[in-house]
Amino acid sequence: MVELRLPRNSTIGVGKTFPAPSGAKNVRTFRIYRWSPDDDKNPVIDSYEVDVDTVGPMVLDAIIHIKNEIDPTLTFRRSCREGICGSCAMNIDGENTLACLKPIKSIEGDIKIYPLPHMPVVKDLVTNLDGAYAQLRSIQPWMKADTAPPPDGERRQSIEERAKLDGLWECILCFCCTTSCPSYWWNGDRYLGPSVLLAAYRWIADSRDEHTGERLDELEDTFKLYACRTIMNCTQTCPKGLNPAKAIGHIKELQLVRKL
Amino acid sequence: MSANSSPSRGAYKVIDHVYDVVVVGAGGSGLRATLGMGAAGLKTACVTKVFPTRSHTVAAQGGIGASLGNMAEDHWKWHMYDTVKGSDWLGDQDAIEFMCREAVSAVHELEHFGVPFSRTEDGRIYQRPFGGHMRDYGKAPVPRACAAADRTGHAILHTLYQQCMKHNVEFFVEYFAIDLIMDDEGACRGVVAWCQDDGTIHRFNAKMVVLATGGYGRSYQSCTSAHTCTGDGNAMVMRAGLPTQDMEFVQFHPTGIYPAGCLLTEGCRGEGAYLTNSEGERFMERYAPTAKDLASRDVVSASMTIEINEGRGCGPKKDHIMMHLEHLGEDLLRQRLPSIIEISRVFAGVDVTKEPVPVRPTVHYCMGGIPTNIHGEVIRPTADNPDAVVPGLMAVGEAACVSVHGANRLGTNSLLDLIVFGRSAARRAAEVIKPSEFVRPLPAGAGENSLDRLDKLRYAKGGTRVAAMRDRLQHDMQTHAAVFRTQDSLQAGVDKIRDIWGCLEDIHVSDTSLIWNSDLMEALEFENLLANATVTLESGLARHESRGAHARKDYPDVMIMNGLNILSRG
Repeated sequence: MVELRLPRNSTIGVGKTFPAPSGAKNVRTFRIYRWSPDDDKNPVIDSYEVDVDTVGPMVLDAIIHIKNEIDPTLTFRRSCREGICGSCAMNIDGENTLACLKPIKSIEGDIKIYPLPHMPVVKDLVTNLDGAYAQLRSIQPWMKADTAPPPDGERRQSIEERAKLDGLWECILCFCCTTSCPSYWWNGDRYLGPSVLLAAYRWIADSRDEHTGERLDELEDTFKLYACRTIMNCTQTCPKGLNPAKAIGHIKELQLVRKL
Repeated sequence: MSANSSPSRGAYKVIDHVYDVVVVGAGGSGLRATLGMGAAGLKTACVTKVFPTRSHTVAAQGGIGASLGNMAEDHWKWHMYDTVKGSDWLGDQDAIEFMCREAVSAVHELEHFGVPFSRTEDGRIYQRPFGGHMRDYGKAPVPRACAAADRTGHAILHTLYQQCMKHNVEFFVEYFAIDLIMDDEGACRGVVAWCQDDGTIHRFNAKMVVLATGGYGRSYQSCTSAHTCTGDGNAMVMRAGLPTQDMEFVQFHPTGIYPAGCLLTEGCRGEGAYLTNSEGERFMERYAPTAKDLASRDVVSASMTIEINEGRGCGPKKDHIMMHLEHLGEDLLRQRLPSIIEISRVFAGVDVTKEPVPVRPTVHYCMGGIPTNIHGEVIRPTADNPDAVVPGLMAVGEAACVSVHGANRLGTNSLLDLIVFGRSAARRAAEVIKPSEFVRPLPAGAGENSLDRLDKLRYAKGGTRVAAMRDRLQHDMQTHAAVFRTQDSLQAGVDKIRDIWGCLEDIHVSDTSLIWNSDLMEALEFENLLANATVTLESGLARHESRGAHARKDYPDVMIMNGLNILSRG
């Protein structure tokens, strides 16, 4: 049998424990992945005991509380705190989601928080998403039309044509879906991943875009598109309730139909 | 500063860049400016502390104002009239005319870029009514807000980023701009930034710096603004010895969700939602008989605050108001206000298709900022020239004060401001900057002060954490620069803020890393917030009148300026 040895730094150690203040009534333990780029130590899990009666309802409220009151070195991205900017994507309770939309109450037991899976970690919960951004750019996610738009008005689009974009354009590029996909874990360098394919289909589906054929040509690839194995983790995990798997299905269908 | 300079402690790796233009900030105005400058052939860099689509423009919901007239007759003059009136006659009327006339082509351009606007039956851009937007010079509400469901900011910001990718613009993402580089003649020559990813310091030498850094809503405890809205550009300008303008005017949005403070768009009321007090009364009919719930934001927020202060607030603490959408029907809500359903469910546990949602006035927008002309050029008035510009420096968006919003901004005019003046700044830059021209070397020692400041904060080991200092500031602002203000309260606020300045030496930064040190970044942001808050309180103290968002209990009237009677506020 093949013997696999994992890289040394993949072993996660036990970190510090920060006990709850005395008199705390409703204590929950947040077990959070910590890794610093400044030394060559392995990552650890720090445990923070928090009186959740003193913080807001969401996991983001708790980790901001931890940073403000317990450990200012805890590092994570956050911005809008209302689920529209996509900054605070992380793995919470085993699921990729936005910390700002994840109620603490919805989690049983200790609240385990890790960075988005299978992405290079920059520090603590901050991952490097450059690869995914570059893949987004590679599909040329912008309007491509050869017909000039009317000089003094909008392009017309019927309500029905516009409705085809619903569920596609609302993506916030948090990459919860992409980083939940086993196909992407294995072939993230060649498979575009659900988020980027959703973006690709958003332009294919837009009645105003005139480069559908070219877009489909670009996606017709064993890995870029067909590495999707319809595992559906993407749709399961999307914190915005979008359905990337369905969009990918539509692209595959179009590829098939145009060959008939 | 050499390649490796050593200020007080430790070495910093410094990397120099040369550009025609450096835009600081990648929200709506920054991206629109970046796009236009890049497309005009200028060597352009956009430096931003968050990835572009995470900028706070993404949270704008209701729409972008333009008199397209797609749903009902409209005219840019009516839009201009509403904006002048909405500004409580403090806005620059020439600038407002410029914005409202440019609005139509600016929105059509966005559509051509690919913004997924909602549509009318005949395939045009869908428009909804919004507070303060009226037809026929104030007669009745008109649908003027061009909307992409209730995620218009998201639609616009993502589209602008797509266009920037198309034009191959260079981005420096997760770079925190620390300071402007100014020369002895008072010209701006570049900007110093800190790269979060690897901890290097970057000096951008540029013919033009464009500040597109947004507002400073986070100087308050409760705001709709993102955590990143810390007024960095305003503070950079103040540290460079340049003025800011109209900083006392901070808008409270009537419908921040209670208690989280997230925005529920005015588009709710545009689509027919209304407010009630604890007695179930639609009280806006009393305060604004014509516009009712669609009166301008200063009026609605003040009315709600009066209701709460007089004991007619809802809930056990009588501290909020109810907004009703349930009568609009589930189909309309799902089609036009899907985010409102989602936000209300997640943050208030309320199903707005069945029951009202609790709201209260929440800090939302900073009307004041860096004074500019309509081309985005920053103004530094001199004794003989009130319109003198600062060479090499522009400001756009919420950070700027053109001033098109005066004492109170109308809903939808913010997105419009971003696009119109971002575009206008790009046009001017293309006129005044010659790509072939040599970029002068930076002045000797450029950026050393900024690096010293960074280094000092990095190793600050006082007794008070950044968050504790910030909490104190936010609490003081919430208490003393609120919807209603008095001389005593503002004076007390000014005194408290001065105390915080006195305690600055006591700040404590725990993380000493240079890589993704968000503790240090929050310390730098706190200094920026403190600068903005100070000017807001001091300006409020000095303005002895009530105007727009600056409501003084002790000076309820508007001052008459330059013999112009501006008392008829209707």
